[in-house]
Amino acid sequence: MVGYIVRRLLLTIPVVIGVSILIFAIIRLIPGDPAVAIAGVHASNEYIEQVRKDLYLDRSLPVQYGIFVRNLFRGELGVSTMSRRPVATELRERFPRTIELTLAAMLIASLVGISAGIISATRRYSLFDNLSMLVALFGVAAPVFWLALMLQLLFAVNLGWLPATGRGTWRHLILPALTLGMATAGLIARITRSSMLEVLRQDFITTARAKGLAEKVVVYKHALKNALIPVVTIMGLQFGILLGGAVLTETVFAWPGVGRLLVDSILARDYPVVQGAVMTLAVSFVLINLVVDLAYAFLDPRISYQSQESE
Amino acid sequence: MPAPDAAAEADSTSLGAAAGRNEGELGAVVRHLRKNRTAMLGLGIIALFLLCALFAPFIASHDPIATDLGNALKGPSVRHWFGTDELGRDLFSRILFGARISLGIGLISVVIGLVVGVPIGALSGYYGGKLDLFVQRLIDIMIAFPGILLAIIVVTILGVGVENVMIATGIASVPVYARLVRGSVLSIKKLGYVSAAKALGIREAKIIFLHVLPNCIGPVIVQSTFQIATSILWAAGLGFLGLGAQPPTPEWGAILSKGRVYMRVAAHLTTYPGLAIFLMVLGFNLLGDGLRDALDPKSRKY
Repeated sequence: MVGYIVRRLLLTIPVVIGVSILIFAIIRLIPGDPAVAIAGVHASNEYIEQVRKDLYLDRSLPVQYGIFVRNLFRGELGVSTMSRRPVATELRERFPRTIELTLAAMLIASLVGISAGIISATRRYSLFDNLSMLVALFGVAAPVFWLALMLQLLFAVNLGWLPATGRGTWRHLILPALTLGMATAGLIARITRSSMLEVLRQDFITTARAKGLAEKVVVYKHALKNALIPVVTIMGLQFGILLGGAVLTETVFAWPGVGRLLVDSILARDYPVVQGAVMTLAVSFVLINLVVDLAYAFLDPRISYQSQESE
Repeated sequence: MPAPDAAAEADSTSLGAAAGRNEGELGAVVRHLRKNRTAMLGLGIIALFLLCALFAPFIASHDPIATDLGNALKGPSVRHWFGTDELGRDLFSRILFGARISLGIGLISVVIGLVVGVPIGALSGYYGGKLDLFVQRLIDIMIAFPGILLAIIVVTILGVGVENVMIATGIASVPVYARLVRGSVLSIKKLGYVSAAKALGIREAKIIFLHVLPNCIGPVIVQSTFQIATSILWAAGLGFLGLGAQPPTPEWGAILSKGRVYMRVAAHLTTYPGLAIFLMVLGFNLLGDGLRDALDPKSRKY
């Protein structure tokens, strides 16, 4: 177990280095002068030269990368060409809002998904089962931005119950979180259902029933605990997907998070912000996956043994 | 050391046996798939869109990029089945032609993912060791970006446009195939017939591509069906963000993005293109579910 944790931690290091190299490369792979890309197309010649000197853009790539990493450790991510504010300040402001949206979406998705999955599994082929699996299928196939617009149209434009865009009260959070969580809810419902069905077929469930335990105890205490293992894995993996989906959801709902910042900065060719936003999203994704894997090793000790065997 | 002709003979018999078994297997898969009503529904949806894409110029009532400002933002009518957009263009015709773009992106991105990802996964899994360790770290780095984010990064570097979206979504699907094939190869290479082929002195390249890879084909087909759906969603997302197909290309995500401005006065501009994306993705997902069940002998029993 300890070996597995150490190995998993060590494996994160090359990934983070690789991510930083890729982000370092973005500006240098775009056709044109990287100094112009960083300073902005409308920057004065003096400013462009200043940037070139500060970042040693006339030196070799390894030196440039060294400077890039040094600046990363100092939390210096450059200056936005749009707002002229430090990128780090922008990210510090916006990142918590993306996390807020992602967590709310995950909360909705797991509440709805797990309960729908349990009911579907215990009442297999009932009307509820068929309907909820239909909705789950819809949630997985519907493009998130379309779902966003349809919910806006229904609840904000036509019914006027909720605000269409922006951030402020908890009412602003409902539509974006619902939109973002829909696909994940569908997935969680489908996996909970099939996992529950799998577990309910096993011998220890028959034994539990034979002992005369109430069906509620059998389902919620014996079966659910075992059925949730694959569900927890999927929830962890989905966190990252939600971060990616936040890019689209934030854009539709004018939610001032990192995702919307990324899209705005790509369209405005504000590359220092692009780098910072991509870095933030990728590193949080890596860290979330790390936490999920470690948590999983605690929950299910078989995992750490298996992964050692397969090496 | 085996005689060359013996090796060749053993080679051809093992191939023959594999082909014979595959035929029986294929028959069982098709039979199982045809009994699956939702999978057939998915196939029907895909076939419908394929026909729309192929015969778009004959079915379309209007030129998809011809503007008619006098008829802008009209709701659905007999003349314009899905209504018109802000430039008076016929939405039905634009969605028909959009099927070409979305299907094209879905298929080509999967081909890119297959051509790059499958050999990487196969070599990494078969040879193992340092090569595997190195390749897996590269894949880890790609997986560090949620799919659509990786596609966004590639488009940021290459620039916007349909071709670049194909490349971007293709690159974003490479790690999926590399991981999948590596896993299959890892379990297959332990099987007796692979050791036998090695003992007979068959070249390793031949073992990998003729004896090992054909046995990974099931999961790869299932994944490809789902991956087409995912790529279509990513491409539409890029189009919606203004990072994909550019006007006047009738790409579904781009149409939605433009129509969004007129949502309060002309909701049809957001409803129909979204419905088209949804149905196409649903079709591939349903078929994928069916294929997975049909190819998995365990689930066939139930």
